[in-house]
Amino acid sequence: MRNSKLVTLEEAIRRSGLKDGMTISFHHHFRGGDKVVNLVVAKLAEMGFKNLHLAASSLSDVHAPLIEHIRNGVITKISTSGLRGELANEISHGLMAEPVVFRSHGGRGSAIASGELHIDVAFLGASSADELGNASGCPRSENAKSICGSLGYALPDAQYADHVVVITDDLVAYPNVPKSISACDVESVVVVDSVGDSSKISSGAIRDSKNPRDILLAQQAAKVIINSGYFKDGFSIQTGTGGASLAAVKYIRESMIEKGIKASFALGGITAHMVKLHQEGLIGRLVDVQSFDKVAAESLASDQMHQEVSAVEYASAEHLGSAVHALDIVILSALEVDEEFNVNVLVGSDGIIRGAIGGHPDTAEDSALSIIVCPLLRGRIPCVVPKVTTLITPGSSVDVVVTEYGIAVNPRRPEIADRLKEAGLKVVDIKALADKARSIIGEPDALPFGDRVVGIVMDRHGKVLDRIRNIVD
Amino acid sequence: MMFVPGNNPGMMADAHIYGPDSIMLDLEDSVTMAEKDAARLLVHNALKSIDYGSTEMVVRINPLNTPYGRKDVEAVIKAGVDVIRMPKTETADEVRELEAEIIKVEEELGCVGRTQIMAAIESALGVVNAYAIATASKRMMGIALGAEDYSANLKTQRTPGGAELLLARETIVVAARAAGIACFDTVYSNLDDMETFRKEVELIKTLGFDGKSIINPRQIQVVNEVFAPSQKDIDKALRIIAAIKEAQAKGSGVIAVNGKMVDRPVVIRAERTVALAIASGILSKEDVL
Repeated sequence: MRNSKLVTLEEAIRRSGLKDGMTISFHHHFRGGDKVVNLVVAKLAEMGFKNLHLAASSLSDVHAPLIEHIRNGVITKISTSGLRGELANEISHGLMAEPVVFRSHGGRGSAIASGELHIDVAFLGASSADELGNASGCPRSENAKSICGSLGYALPDAQYADHVVVITDDLVAYPNVPKSISACDVESVVVVDSVGDSSKISSGAIRDSKNPRDILLAQQAAKVIINSGYFKDGFSIQTGTGGASLAAVKYIRESMIEKGIKASFALGGITAHMVKLHQEGLIGRLVDVQSFDKVAAESLASDQMHQEVSAVEYASAEHLGSAVHALDIVILSALEVDEEFNVNVLVGSDGIIRGAIGGHPDTAEDSALSIIVCPLLRGRIPCVVPKVTTLITPGSSVDVVVTEYGIAVNPRRPEIADRLKEAGLKVVDIKALADKARSIIGEPDALPFGDRVVGIVMDRHGKVLDRIRNIVD
Repeated sequence: MMFVPGNNPGMMADAHIYGPDSIMLDLEDSVTMAEKDAARLLVHNALKSIDYGSTEMVVRINPLNTPYGRKDVEAVIKAGVDVIRMPKTETADEVRELEAEIIKVEEELGCVGRTQIMAAIESALGVVNAYAIATASKRMMGIALGAEDYSANLKTQRTPGGAELLLARETIVVAARAAGIACFDTVYSNLDDMETFRKEVELIKTLGFDGKSIINPRQIQVVNEVFAPSQKDIDKALRIIAAIKEAQAKGSGVIAVNGKMVDRPVVIRAERTVALAIASGILSKEDVL
C-alpha cells in the first residue's frame, strides 16, 4: 500500500507502541474550542490504557471530561502550563495522587528539548494536513473549519516525541505547504469530523475594551513605556491579550505615529491589534508563537513578514537564540503581585488553580523592561498583596507594576523610576499599594490549605520554584 | 462631575481614580424604590470609609416631598458630604426648605454651615426662577441643568444640536454669574458617540458653563481636553499674573503686558485660565507659585 500513514485513531494508537505508564502530549492552540484532548483520551480509556502521563502545553475549561479519566486511573500524571474550570477545581481539592507539574511555555520547550520531559506519543491537532503528515494551523481548502494559525507550542512535541500522530479535520492534497509540522516527523495521520469548535478557538474582529478601568490602566502602561527610555526606533514589544494590554497597544500606536518611531518586531501571542500596526508599517516583523484571533491567523497564512516560531525559539532560557533574548518591552498581567514584586498568575486568591503560567516568567526575565498591569482590587479581591499565594515570576524579573492607584517601580531599576517621575507619572512604593488595598477591603482570612501537594511550579531553568497545596473547604 | 449610582458599591469604591473634579453619588433616579434604604446606607458608608482624596463629594438626594428625602439629608450630612444636590428644584422656597433641614442635622452634629447646596433645574418653572433659586441661600454653590426632565417638561425631546436647551442653558449661566456661583451642564448619555459629546462640551464651554455632568469615566478626557486652555493662553495668563505680582511689589497701580494695559477683567480671565490649567493637569500648583 502506497500510503500507510492515513489510519483511524485506534490504529494510530496501536501503531505508536503506546504502553501503560507512558507520556502522551497535546498542544492548546484550539484553546477553549479544543476537541483533540477529550477525543484521544476517551479512545485511550476505551482501549484500556492506564497510568498515562498527559503532558499538554495547556489545559482549560473544556477539558473537564479528564476528571473521569483521572478517577478511573487512565491519567495519573499531568504536566501543563495552566488549568482552569472544573478540572482545576477538582485538582486543587486533591483529585490526583501525583502533583501536576506546571511549566512556562519556554520552560516546557526547554524540558522537551533536553529530554527532561520525554514524550512517547504526541497527538497534535492541525487545521490542515496532507496524507504524509505535513500539517498547519492555517486554512488550505474551502473545507477548513478549525483555524488556529501558529502551531508554535506543538513544534517541540513534533520534533522531539518518539512518535507523532497528526489529527486533522481537513485532509488536503499533498503538499500542504507552507507547513508547520514536517511530514518527516509524523508517523500517522488521522482524519476526524472536527478538531475544534471554531467559535471558541478565536474571535473574529478587533474589539476595543470599553471598561474604564482597563482604559485607565492601558493609558498608564502606555505612558510608562513611552517614558521608560526603551521607546525608541527599532524597539521590540510583546503584550498580553487582556483588555488593558490590548488597549495599551492603541495608545502606544498613537505615540509611535506622533514621534515617528517604528518597532522592529512584536513577539508572542499575536492579535489583530498587532497585525494592524504591522500592516500600517509601524511594526516590521511579527514573531508568532500563538495566533490569538482570525485576523492574526490570516496574516500568518499570507504575510512573509509574519512568521511562526516554536516554543523553544520563542522563550527557551537554555537556547540563546530564543526570541525573548531580543525582546525590549513586555506588558503582562497578574492575579497577584506582592511587596517583593513577585507575581502569581496561576492560583486564585481562593487557593484554587485558575490560570496559566504561559510565557510570563520567560518574557519577564529576558526582556529589558517588564511591566505588570493589574488593578489594585478585583471586586473585593486585593491584587497587590504582602505575599503572593503562589510564586510564578520572581520579583527579580519584574520592573514596573501599573495599577489604577499608582505605578510601583522595582528598586532594582532606580533609573526607570527617575524617568517616570520626571515625566510626571505617579510613582509610589509597592508597599503603599498593598497597604492601600488592605485599607479598602480589610485583612483577608488565611486560606485553608491542606498538607498535600497538588501542584509543583517549575521555573524556566528546570528548578522547583513553588508548591501548591490542596485547598480544604 | 461624574454621576455614580448609589446602589453600586464597585463603582463607588473607585470612582475617584479616574480623576473627576467631583463625584455625585446618586440616591434619586438611578435607584429603584425597593433599593432606596440600602443605597442610602451604602452611600453613607462609602462617604465615611473611602478615601476620595481631594475630590469634591456630592450626593443627589430624593426630593423632600418623598418618604426618602429627609432621611437622605440626615444620612449624608452625618457621613460628611461636601454638597447636597437637590433634584427638580423649581422655587427658592424649596431651597430654603432644604437649608432648614440641613441646619437641623448640622446643629445636632455641631457642624453648622459645613454642607453646601447645588440645585438641579429640570423644568420650565425652574428655569424661570433660576436667579431666585441661585440666590435662595448662602449655601448655594451652584446650579445645574437636568435636561431629560426639562425637555420632557417642554414637550420636546433632546436633539444632537441641543436647540431645545439653549434658553435654559443661557438662563442658568446668567443666573449663576449674577449670583456669583457655579453652573454645570447636563449629562450626555450616548457613550458610543464621543464626537457629538465633544461638540456639546465645546458648546457649553462657549456658553460659559463651569463644567459638565458625566455618566462614565470615558467622558472625563474629552471634558478636560475641551476645557483645557491652550499653551498660548496659559503662557499669556502666567505673564499677566507675574506682571501683577511685580506691580504689587512696586506699589504700581497700572499694569501693562506686551505694551497693552491690563485691566480687571483681563486679570480675572488670566486667573481662571491658570485655575483651569491646574484642573486639567497641564500646570501643577508649584508652577504658579
